[in-house]
Amino acid sequence: MAVLVYTESENGKFKKNAFEVASYASEVAKQLSTTVTAVAVNAGDNESLGTYGISKVLNVSDDKLKPFNAKAFANLIAEAAQKEEAQVIIVSSSADTKFLAPILAAKLSAGYVPNVVAAPESTDPFTVKRTAFSNKGFAHTQITTENKVIGVSNNAFGVVENPTSAAVESFAPSLEDADFTVKSVEVDKVVGKATIADADIVVSAGRGLKGPENWTMIEELADVLGAATACSKPVSDLGWRPHGEHVGQTGKPVASNLYIAIGISGAIQHLAGVSSSKTKVVINTDPEAPFFKAADYGIVGDAFEVVPQLIEKLKEIKAQNA
Amino acid sequence: MKILVCISNVPDTTSKINFTDGDTKFDTNGVQFVINPNDEFGLTRAMWFKEKQGATVHIATVGEATVEPTMRKALAIGADEGIRINAVPTDGFFVAQQLAEVVKNGGYDLVIAGRESIDYNGGMVPGIMATLLDMNFVNTCISLEVDGDTATAMREIDGGKEKISTSLPLVIGGQKGLVEETDLRIPNMRGIMMARQKKLNVVEPIDATKATTDLKFDKPAPKGTVKLASSVDELVTMLKDEAKVI
Repeated sequence: MAVLVYTESENGKFKKNAFEVASYASEVAKQLSTTVTAVAVNAGDNESLGTYGISKVLNVSDDKLKPFNAKAFANLIAEAAQKEEAQVIIVSSSADTKFLAPILAAKLSAGYVPNVVAAPESTDPFTVKRTAFSNKGFAHTQITTENKVIGVSNNAFGVVENPTSAAVESFAPSLEDADFTVKSVEVDKVVGKATIADADIVVSAGRGLKGPENWTMIEELADVLGAATACSKPVSDLGWRPHGEHVGQTGKPVASNLYIAIGISGAIQHLAGVSSSKTKVVINTDPEAPFFKAADYGIVGDAFEVVPQLIEKLKEIKAQNA
Repeated sequence: MKILVCISNVPDTTSKINFTDGDTKFDTNGVQFVINPNDEFGLTRAMWFKEKQGATVHIATVGEATVEPTMRKALAIGADEGIRINAVPTDGFFVAQQLAEVVKNGGYDLVIAGRESIDYNGGMVPGIMATLLDMNFVNTCISLEVDGDTATAMREIDGGKEKISTSLPLVIGGQKGLVEETDLRIPNMRGIMMARQKKLNVVEPIDATKATTDLKFDKPAPKGTVKLASSVDELVTMLKDEAKVI
């Protein structure tokens, strides 16, 4: 009985979260005194998973699985779980995985706990800590079913090296036409830019930027830092930035290592969305802005003066380290 | 087209979160409950289908009698009928099974649920429900058009969006984008009066598996005081040498 982990890839390369969920699965396997099998779909370099404690990789190579299809992916992971007699399945918190995980849970009659932020507190009974109330609290949740699906929150557990040797085995799941009744027609995605979901650094701006034309400097700052760009709710409501960049309780949660909030006062709904970020930096003209109470570092100043200086300074550091 | 909108009764987004009974229960004291925001976008989109394409719209909620004011609000917005499953919604798998039973008995073509509730954030009810019913499912749905039995949806993905083609019967996990926030409706007096006359059926829950139990809750540790930099140079030094994040 192994622990199973679904390691996500994109264009043949493992995503960063694949190594984090592999690390998490390795810790769970240690607690259960067993090994970890990974399921990888159309990914290259499967042996690299061995670095993170994976001892076996079920490698699925099938053009029908390009692009992503939630039902087909859920079904193939369920089939892999049955083959490996795995009762604990670890997945990430990406948009695709949050799409497939409930389908997988239903297929396996498994309790599914998403947004898990730490290694299991106990494996008998199986208890995990997860975020709840849009990051305003934590729940300690016990899974009472035999099969279990655990969704690991981004950047919560981190990547932990635990070198072993990963044996790669071909796996051909039995996919049916009925798995593909939800069809992808077109994908509109920014290529080569960090996304809010898996970025280490997120640069976010609010109404203090005064208009969409001023986002050039936010994008420049994000470029220098290799960061994703985000925004507050009023900014996306005004149409200055796309809905996909809206961070907060009804938008996206952010769990980056560094979150820079520029010209955002810090409404309770916004703060809930960013509370999982490790270091929060605020740039705001108003010293009474609520965000300063939730931040680690800050500077009281005008974004139009501070941000260009910050960009120059970071460029200097980058040039020195080049 | 017969549409079911699944409504979750959640604390208002501005609520302060506290726990009671030795941190084993959410403290509802002083908390105002509202329609889950992700569900509200779905309800408004359902109203569009009702008005433009002649759909019938029902709502369903798993909850005790205390959820009825939230359900009445959804009826005042324009839903035709409500179904309350008389149970405490403590587990996503349990809730999905209850709602699936309602869908099965009601013969719905389209089921709209929010992608997640803003209280327990399970994000699993629409997907589990669709799978139990063997219906098509699209999550994080930000637009939806229906033409006959064909549905075209847009879903949010990490870093962009994806256009999806599928068919009814369909379950979606919806969110902001299904309609604009400015299009959300506030019930008017006529709607509120009419809602009082609408049917709100109460059904008992079916026997269902409960997959999880929340043993206890806690809150994030209080934050230390912010360190303010007096210049950009100082801020960069703090981030580089102290926080080691750049």
